[in-house]
Amino acid sequence: MAKVLIIGSGGAGLVSALAAREAGAEVIVASKTLPTRSQTSMAQGGMNAVLGGDDTVLQHIEDTLKSSGGLGDEARIAFLCENGPEAVAWCNGIGLPFSRNGEGEIARRRLGGASAPRACYAQDYTGLKLLHTLFDQCLKAGITFYNERFLLNLIKDEEANRVLGATFLDIARGEVEEIRADAVILATGGYGALYGKHSTNSVQASGDGLAAAVRAGAKLADMEFIQFHPTALKNSSILISESARGAGGYLVDGSGERFTDELAPRDVVARSIHDEIAKSGAVYLDIRHLGEAFIDHELPQERKLAKIYEGIDPVSELIPIKPAAHYSMGGIEVNEGCMSSVNGLFAVGECANHKTHGANRLGGNSLLELVVFGRHAGAKAAEYGNKSPAYPCENPQCVKDSNFIRGVMYFTNQIDFYQKQEMLANIFYNNVGLVRDDMGLKAVLGAIRQMQKELPFMGPRDKSKICNTNLVEFIEFGNKIELAEIIVVSAISRVESRGAHYRIDAPERNDRMFGAHTITWKEDGVLCADFIR
Amino acid sequence: MEIKIVRGSETQSYNVELEKVTLLTLLNHIKTKIDPTLTYSQGCRSGVCGSCAVRVNGREQLMCEYKPSDGDTVEPIRNARVIRDLVVDSGMVEHFTRAANAWSEGSHEGNVSEEDAARIETQSDCILCTSCYSACPVYAVNPDFIGPYALTRVWRYVNDTREESSAAKIAAVQTNGIWDCTLCGECVPVCPQNIAPKQDITMLRMKSAMMGYNDPNAAAAFGGGLDFGGSFF
Repeated sequence: MAKVLIIGSGGAGLVSALAAREAGAEVIVASKTLPTRSQTSMAQGGMNAVLGGDDTVLQHIEDTLKSSGGLGDEARIAFLCENGPEAVAWCNGIGLPFSRNGEGEIARRRLGGASAPRACYAQDYTGLKLLHTLFDQCLKAGITFYNERFLLNLIKDEEANRVLGATFLDIARGEVEEIRADAVILATGGYGALYGKHSTNSVQASGDGLAAAVRAGAKLADMEFIQFHPTALKNSSILISESARGAGGYLVDGSGERFTDELAPRDVVARSIHDEIAKSGAVYLDIRHLGEAFIDHELPQERKLAKIYEGIDPVSELIPIKPAAHYSMGGIEVNEGCMSSVNGLFAVGECANHKTHGANRLGGNSLLELVVFGRHAGAKAAEYGNKSPAYPCENPQCVKDSNFIRGVMYFTNQIDFYQKQEMLANIFYNNVGLVRDDMGLKAVLGAIRQMQKELPFMGPRDKSKICNTNLVEFIEFGNKIELAEIIVVSAISRVESRGAHYRIDAPERNDRMFGAHTITWKEDGVLCADFIR
Repeated sequence: MEIKIVRGSETQSYNVELEKVTLLTLLNHIKTKIDPTLTYSQGCRSGVCGSCAVRVNGREQLMCEYKPSDGDTVEPIRNARVIRDLVVDSGMVEHFTRAANAWSEGSHEGNVSEEDAARIETQSDCILCTSCYSACPVYAVNPDFIGPYALTRVWRYVNDTREESSAAKIAAVQTNGIWDCTLCGECVPVCPQNIAPKQDITMLRMKSAMMGYNDPNAAAAFGGGLDFGGSFF
């Protein structure tokens, strides 16, 4: 029986866990948090699938391809969309409580960039209800959970370019441990938390899996593509779901005038809000005309959060909003079988780049992706583990990482990493955000290189062995810095505009030069980048 | 504003000048600017991940939804082993969900009316923050009590018209389950999602009775001496 180690316990991790189990594997899910606390709980809008009516799978494929700005892989997008109806049926079969329409069918709503209403939803709690339903199924399937294990590094046989497991910090005990497996699936989520208070993401979305993958020699793809959600609350960057606009909400300027098509793809809407804020100072979301009953039934979270964080009631007041970093299109490069450039290392969900979102993701496609590719990755990993079981192999990784955890306590702490982390978030939002240019990006790169040098002068100030979250946050910061360099180098290299990557100094799309994926990797610690079609 | 935080056997006071922010924002300010050793859990900041439940002045709250006032005392949730400061061992989430068989055994395809879908809408809003578990007084006498969130979860599946089989779930909550609840209702007002576990437990009792299960306490209350269902005549 193959042993499959899944790192990360959000939707992608739990779906692949169930699939690997179904394929006969022994499954361990290791995660830095508890499964139901993952970022998937925050997904609101829905899961795209064509369930009849006037909609067709072909239209879903076309919408996704169009939005991907030339960086979507047609075959994989077709795989995603064709499997949509079956993915929704599977979710229904395990008990996901979808909202229903008047006929009793699974209700669907229209999200931006979609030619028809096809996002199947469960009120504005689609991700929450999916995640909890999956968790319950994992318990039923007897899957083993190792919670509060922080991924440090992958264990790899360099000669065979083969992953053999991973090392973790057991947060509660403060001990470093290794878990060996026949196949490893990374399902660790995106890197939106790099943008700090300018991100809709959970504070946990620090890209730990991507950073560990790149340290293990895996290739990343299209890291410069970060989706900005058009409507986050102005002060806290807390998400106001696209369904608010899908249901008929307006975007208005300071004088209450509409200024854009609310249901254009996210990159287009986000940039027009950015421009409007630059011009007149403020943009609001107006859902007052939808009525209290509708808001309470379809958008209850939005109403609650607007009250808590902005002190306004959307039933009678305008919601002050701004665009905020929301989704990482870039990720670990994987083949059609979800395997990375390292043998036995799979990746799925937001941490992977399945080439289905390309330069800009459509709302409702990420939950679909984690179900469709999660099932695929789980089966493939089990199959790989059966065919090529891991072998005993002396490996110094766990010793190295134990030494690091001991040694990091002696870092000098002349520089406060929390302050640097906040600065990184601010310069990323300003210079690596919706609108970029060469000089601005290079200034950020300089700042990142400086921070990399300064890391030994930072470090955790809390010296506790037991449950040291200051230590965990410092390692997360290290991972963010590692990825920040890759993102900025990718963004500097791509001298054109496409999807979420908009260069004011090169506002046109240039397919001849850049109609290709930005592939990045590290060789002997040196960052390499190339454009590969 | 002064905030007191229970840290193990000590209570520490912090003075922070921040207005109109959530308790979580305030603690993040303390951790990043004043005292990096302060330890707590957080995630989404928006009331859906269930990481940040604590007790404020003796009542369960999500830190990301609670606006603190001067003099508030913050302590970890009850009935769980404290790992450090406000972080507790959350093993009970998995333990009691497993004990209760709180999952779907298979769910029918086919149409579901809006009314039927609404029957489980509130129960499936649960974020597993364990506030109800902390507020439940039964744990003082029975640490094996399956408890409010897991029983609500069972009712969520039992009451789902698509569910293929409820038998195992109903059987799983007879011991240390629905009959151990005192129906005191402490779990109801502390739920950030407006779920009423007490009500769900009552519904499970009715369902159990319909399926032929008896309240063991009722049998004991009659002393077990009269057997009208037996071969009396």
